[in-house]
Amino acid sequence: MISVSNVHKKFGKLPVLQNINLACLPGQSIALIGPNGSGKTTLIKCILGMVVPDSGTILVNGRSIKRDWKYRAAIGYMPQIGRFPDNMTIAQVFDMLKDIRQDAGVLDEDLPRAFRLDRIMDKRMHTLSGGTRQKVSASLAFLFNPEVLILDEPSAGLDPLAAETLKEKIRLEKEKGKLILITSHILSELDDIVSDVAYLQEGQLRFHKSLCQLKTDTGEQKLAKAIARVMESAIC
Amino acid sequence: MNKIVKYIIFDIGRNKIILGYTVCLLLIALSLFNLEDGGAKGILSLLNIILIIVPLVSIVFATIYLYNAAEFIELLVSQPIRRTRLLGSLFAGLAIALTVSFLIGIGAPVLIYHPRGAGLMLVVVGTALTLVFTGLSVLAAVLTRDKAKGIGVAVLLWFYFALLFDGIVLFILFQFSDYPLEKTSIALSLLNPIDLGRIMILLKMDVSALMGYSGAVFRQFFGGMTGSLIAGIALLLWAGLPFLLALRKFSRKDL
Repeated sequence: MISVSNVHKKFGKLPVLQNINLACLPGQSIALIGPNGSGKTTLIKCILGMVVPDSGTILVNGRSIKRDWKYRAAIGYMPQIGRFPDNMTIAQVFDMLKDIRQDAGVLDEDLPRAFRLDRIMDKRMHTLSGGTRQKVSASLAFLFNPEVLILDEPSAGLDPLAAETLKEKIRLEKEKGKLILITSHILSELDDIVSDVAYLQEGQLRFHKSLCQLKTDTGEQKLAKAIARVMESAIC
Repeated sequence: MNKIVKYIIFDIGRNKIILGYTVCLLLIALSLFNLEDGGAKGILSLLNIILIIVPLVSIVFATIYLYNAAEFIELLVSQPIRRTRLLGSLFAGLAIALTVSFLIGIGAPVLIYHPRGAGLMLVVVGTALTLVFTGLSVLAAVLTRDKAKGIGVAVLLWFYFALLFDGIVLFILFQFSDYPLEKTSIALSLLNPIDLGRIMILLKMDVSALMGYSGAVFRQFFGGMTGSLIAGIALLLWAGLPFLLALRKFSRKDL
């Protein structure tokens, strides 16, 4: 579904991504894990076409994304920090995106309902708290029923109830056979929603294997402990 | 295209500054025409204001708006939209809003008080300058990531075209005054949209006779069919090239 091959990216002299190869299939739920500054967000932005790789190819549904834009109709993206035009109300942001993605078909309005956004639809974006903005951001990512969901630290800033709602939603979509790419530093919450783990360090993909495999390899039962093991052995 | 343009124009329309700009232009135009008893004198007074104020407001307002639209751009680049279309819509939205302001503020009074050659040319040049400086602002905003730097670049560009360039041209003309510089001075004027606009308006007025020998050269060149065609093309290039350059840069920019 998404295949990344030999992707390199430098910001100035700093290499951010080095020779990344990653294949993602429908039905997989992949956790992108790595220390701060390891290139997780840059990799995601490359897939979205927001950052242009220096070399390498990225295929989405078998087609190269270079100079393409239509493929983004298949992707729902929730950024790390949702930034929205200050003067628009929540309703206007929703309407604008619906207007732009008119051919999306049936809309999935579970999340706005679960987050009770309907009561604050006429509030302007700059008056919202960080958490509420994250709720809007998450709602927009799921709204168009995309085949691929890319979630960059989805639970950061959400209250426990909302985080649980979102987690439930992610699990539901995973079971529908969608591809989910998710980054998070809160590993304990990833345990029951991911099927695969991709570990990035210093711009290099150290491994990409299934969660079961990782647990067997490290002999740990929890993702958090397994990753801790990996990080320790990387330092040694 | 028009879907995104619609949202941008709606957003700019809610901005009180653009309304203030319109009212200011309208007040200036009306008071000048009434002070000078209407007609050509009013146009002459308006000329300098338009050549200075319109570019300044266009470039500064558009640059700041583009930087403030960072969130808007960020939201939309991850959507199924062509990047060139996104930037094109921003340019179109700003250009339309600023042009409408100008046409209401200056265009309407001119049409009421002096709807003749020079007046019409003034409106055409003002509109062209609005487009040119909006295009330059898009380029400034795309090239520099830092907001303060980008706005600085925009102001410096205005400073260069509105004030510095004439100084440089005068310097060249004085230094090389022993040589025939008529062709050179025409070529130089094509390099500055503000100068070009000034010449095009002055040639439509009787005062061009006051410009002396070089005025006669300008009249001979720009007064003719080819001359005015070249001047028009030059202004069009000035409006288009910076934007095309920005478009090229933007389609490969990391956001």
